[in-house]
Amino acid sequence: MQEPADRLEVSVWRGDASGGGHVIYQVPRQPSQTILDVVTWIQREQDAQLSYRFSCRVGMCGSCAMMVNGIPRWTCRTHVQKVVQGNRLMIEPLRNLPVIKDLACDMNEFFAKWKAAEGQFSPRKTRHDPIEPVLPESPKRIAANAAIECINCAICYASCDVVSWNPGYLGPAALNRAWTLQNDERDSGQRARLKAVASDAGCHNCHSHANCTTYCPNELNPSASIAGLKRLAANAVFTGNL
Amino acid sequence: MSGFRIYLLQRISAMIMAPLVLLHLGVMIVAIQGGLDSTEILSRTRGSLFWGGTYGLFVLAVSIHAAIGIRVVLFEWLSIKDIKLTLVSWLVFAVLLMMGARAVYAIVA
Repeated sequence: MQEPADRLEVSVWRGDASGGGHVIYQVPRQPSQTILDVVTWIQREQDAQLSYRFSCRVGMCGSCAMMVNGIPRWTCRTHVQKVVQGNRLMIEPLRNLPVIKDLACDMNEFFAKWKAAEGQFSPRKTRHDPIEPVLPESPKRIAANAAIECINCAICYASCDVVSWNPGYLGPAALNRAWTLQNDERDSGQRARLKAVASDAGCHNCHSHANCTTYCPNELNPSASIAGLKRLAANAVFTGNL
Repeated sequence: MSGFRIYLLQRISAMIMAPLVLLHLGVMIVAIQGGLDSTEILSRTRGSLFWGGTYGLFVLAVSIHAAIGIRVVLFEWLSIKDIKLTLVSWLVFAVLLMMGARAVYAIVA
């Protein structure tokens, strides 16, 4: 029997769209243990019905984000020792998204907003055309590079207060994606995209709280991307293009 | 008017307000240090197109800026939307403009 100090007291939200509550689990503490390790241990050792989502376990796929002690985090890369309070952890599904069951959220709305923000690449040329050179040092490419490593984990979306107040708002991830494409010289959808991001659900709803930037696990700056979209849209209004 | 244009209007009204606030503060400091009393100040503002225009513009910018700001708060925190939101926003604008215009009238008329 392990000493209490070697155990974590983990409060996990259990339930579904109709409601739920926290259940406490005692989990053995391990060296280099991640939050995902904790959730997996509970599911394998204590309650096989616990639902959660993960895939790569190395911070690439963006599947395993959850609220940990009230803060959205990628759980596979979050070490227990970094976030534990005493020996307690509280693990909940991501904020601002409908719950399917336990820690698994419905991501449909999140990706629907990517589409609404015209987040898809629309090539100007076909596969039969020669490959278009994109200069790495061009200002547009530098702007796109700074924002492009998004893994769609929805941590920014969960951290955004504007999304919580205004569920129609496109949110930081979709707008960050739109910003990368607005800076992609190969893309032909920029006019339609600008219209989408300046719609009533668009970039101007952002209050620049920058929670997205604070919590992005890949250290992106969606707040700056949204500011860039505001500038583009404002210029388009003043030049009669929006 | 689209949400984005309303947002721009709020930014533009802020750009108008900022220098006028500085001007107002500067004038107050100068007036007080110069030892002017209210009668002397009013004797300079009454009939002045410049002060009437300056404070009139300020009041207009404040009314627009504040009404849009309150519109956002009402939408996000109280879920007031659509026509109700538009009407309340116009009402806030009208009340602020009326109160401000009354004050401007008092110093220039």
